[in-house]
Amino acid sequence: MTDITQLHRALVARVLDSDGTSPAKLRRAAFDNAGLSEPIRTLIGKVAYRAYSVTDEDVAAVRAAGLSEDQIFEIVVCAAIGQANRQYIGALAAVASATGEWDRQ
Amino acid sequence: MRLAILDRGHHLGTKALLAVIRLVSRQPVVDAVKVVFYRPDFYGGGDLTHEAMRGPSSWSIGDRELMAAFVSKVNESQFCIAAHSATSGLWYGDHEKVVATLADVETAPIDEPLRATLRMLGKLTQAHNIDPEDVRSVLAQGVSRQQVEDALAVCLAFNITDRLAEAFDFSVASPAAMNAGARHLLKRGYR
Repeated sequence: MTDITQLHRALVARVLDSDGTSPAKLRRAAFDNAGLSEPIRTLIGKVAYRAYSVTDEDVAAVRAAGLSEDQIFEIVVCAAIGQANRQYIGALAAVASATGEWDRQ
Repeated sequence: MRLAILDRGHHLGTKALLAVIRLVSRQPVVDAVKVVFYRPDFYGGGDLTHEAMRGPSSWSIGDRELMAAFVSKVNESQFCIAAHSATSGLWYGDHEKVVATLADVETAPIDEPLRATLRMLGKLTQAHNIDPEDVRSVLAQGVSRQQVEDALAVCLAFNITDRLAEAFDFSVASPAAMNAGARHLLKRGYR
């Protein structure tokens, strides 16, 4: 059996809590896809829900707003992990619920 | 690649490593590798992906690569579809099976437990959530709880990777480079 529990926890902690070039508060907001203002909101919303639709202009707008490439790298990574993380946590809860009921049958 | 730092911003030691990869494979380094090697102390998702894809599991490596390709199809990530279709097809020795699965999971020549599992991963990726009922319908096909969790680990890894591939605009390399990448993934994994 694969066990990604520790690796998963460490990954989330690394992108949210380690020293980055962008403020931890901004990384957290990107991870949560919440509380962002334009143009970051558009870029991060796309990464979370339709990453294939991100354009050069979306990235250029965030760069023009003053973020460095490293900061953009960080918030995109946080947004990608944040959305995948929400899917994963919810799915594990569905598994726990399903197997609990399954075991009682 | 949308960010120049991901092409050219690596530390010197990493630049040397990328040069060695180019020399040995005789192919350009694919964008996925450049991102995994960029500031690994910040992102460094390779270990998680490696464990999900190559750690002990009763799903075969080919099955997990197929799951990765399938999730990438739902996310419309052309780079990841190409990379993991090639890797899965190479492992199975049957590229047609992979093509058929991505075209229509309902009619593809795959076992029912795998089909049910792919359906669940597809829904999770598309709708961002699944219900206990979705899980029960997978278990009813004889898939164990551990297998469900192993498949969800693959799904997590590729819902991250697909987003990075699209946001950073990974280039789909030539078939020769993608096949070299597939051979590398089977030989060495993701770390």
